[in-house]
Amino acid sequence: MDKSEIKAYIAKRVAKEFKDGDFVNLGIGLPTMVPAYLPEDVHVTLEAELGMAGAGSAPDEAHVDWEVVDAGGAPSSVAIGGAFIDSATSFGLIRGGHVDATVLGALQVDQKGNLANWIIPGKMVPGMGGAMDLCAGASNVIVAMEHTQKGSPKILKECTLPLTTQTCVTKIITEMAVIDVTDKGLVLKEYNPEFTVDQIKEATEAELIVADDLKPIE
Amino acid sequence: MAKVISLQEAAAKVKDGDSVMVGGFLSAGGPNELLHAVAESGVKNLTAIANDGGDPKRYEHGLHELIHNGQVSWLWATHIGLNPEVGQKMNDGSMKVTLVPQGSMAEKIRAGGYGLGGVLTPTGIGTPVGDGSEDVGNTKKTIMNIDGKDYLFERPLKADVALIYASKCDKYGNIFIHGDARNFNTVMAFAGKTVIVQTNELVDMLDPDEVLIPGVVVDYIVEK
Repeated sequence: MDKSEIKAYIAKRVAKEFKDGDFVNLGIGLPTMVPAYLPEDVHVTLEAELGMAGAGSAPDEAHVDWEVVDAGGAPSSVAIGGAFIDSATSFGLIRGGHVDATVLGALQVDQKGNLANWIIPGKMVPGMGGAMDLCAGASNVIVAMEHTQKGSPKILKECTLPLTTQTCVTKIITEMAVIDVTDKGLVLKEYNPEFTVDQIKEATEAELIVADDLKPIE
Repeated sequence: MAKVISLQEAAAKVKDGDSVMVGGFLSAGGPNELLHAVAESGVKNLTAIANDGGDPKRYEHGLHELIHNGQVSWLWATHIGLNPEVGQKMNDGSMKVTLVPQGSMAEKIRAGGYGLGGVLTPTGIGTPVGDGSEDVGNTKKTIMNIDGKDYLFERPLKADVALIYASKCDKYGNIFIHGDARNFNTVMAFAGKTVIVQTNELVDMLDPDEVLIPGVVVDYIVEK
């Protein structure tokens, strides 16, 4: 699979995590591809942390309104039934447990469910934005990312980069595997049949417990 | 009552060494023409408190201008990824940067403006935000356990001046903001000693039902 196929594969699998009526926040990048793969009978409400409970899709050029943008600053729209909210209200929704799931990218994630995705000291400094609040408040924190960074594992025994959150990740979805974060450790629940379980283990620094009901990703 | 003044008069309200809150979230809801006038005034040594460090690729005028000119010596922000110059200045030490989780930023400012002594939030526990790591400029924060759950104590934030945005403002200072341009403007309007609003449209009187921010907190109005 090339990069874009990998992203589409991951987004498609993430889309199966949502129930009809869920209120979800999607991080920038790969996570924003997820709605395109939702089953027809599943409708979710998207939170845009800068100020929409019910964000819509990007408008065509004729309908660009610079007072309605997405969390990356690009023109957006409000969905039917959506509402505009200020930052305090937005994060009240997030921390208050009103968001069912958030999907985020990661630089590293570890077997305790710790996540690092906001800074590489001395190098890359995007900042945490709303990620720390989302991790603290969302019921399900799903990490959607490529399994490795140029071949080196991103799923580690212990994160080495500064953390975004402690023990909040509930699920990891990559182009190789679906992994649940449990009290016992990381449980391999589903695998991409293009890879063997041994190959997945090799690409993962953390220990993987193979689920009794392990199945291929559909 | 709020007074209508020119962009240049408004810019002159910002003095060397001031702390300045700047409303907006990237391209939405920033008082960008007012920021341009502040940049041109040559004021320096500012502490800026904003959601982000601007996005110079997407729009011309904004906080990124003041950062580029070296007029900001300390930036408080939640996300700086779209202005690489902020990261460079942070890493080479020419500008102090304190990164704050976005929800904590909103609540710190709200606490400052609403007369609260701070807030308790679960956000940031076990991360550099809570443990006082040097690279984000924080000091160690107190953790309090309330009913079995840990929370981080975040102090309130206030500023000498708040520069905010309105889609529509009336001569009493009452503000309406369309879309998600409201973002940080609503909390910042309460947290500045002097509050200046840049409005796209100045009207005689807004429908009171339409008012998002009451004019009593606004000191000066400038038309875009």
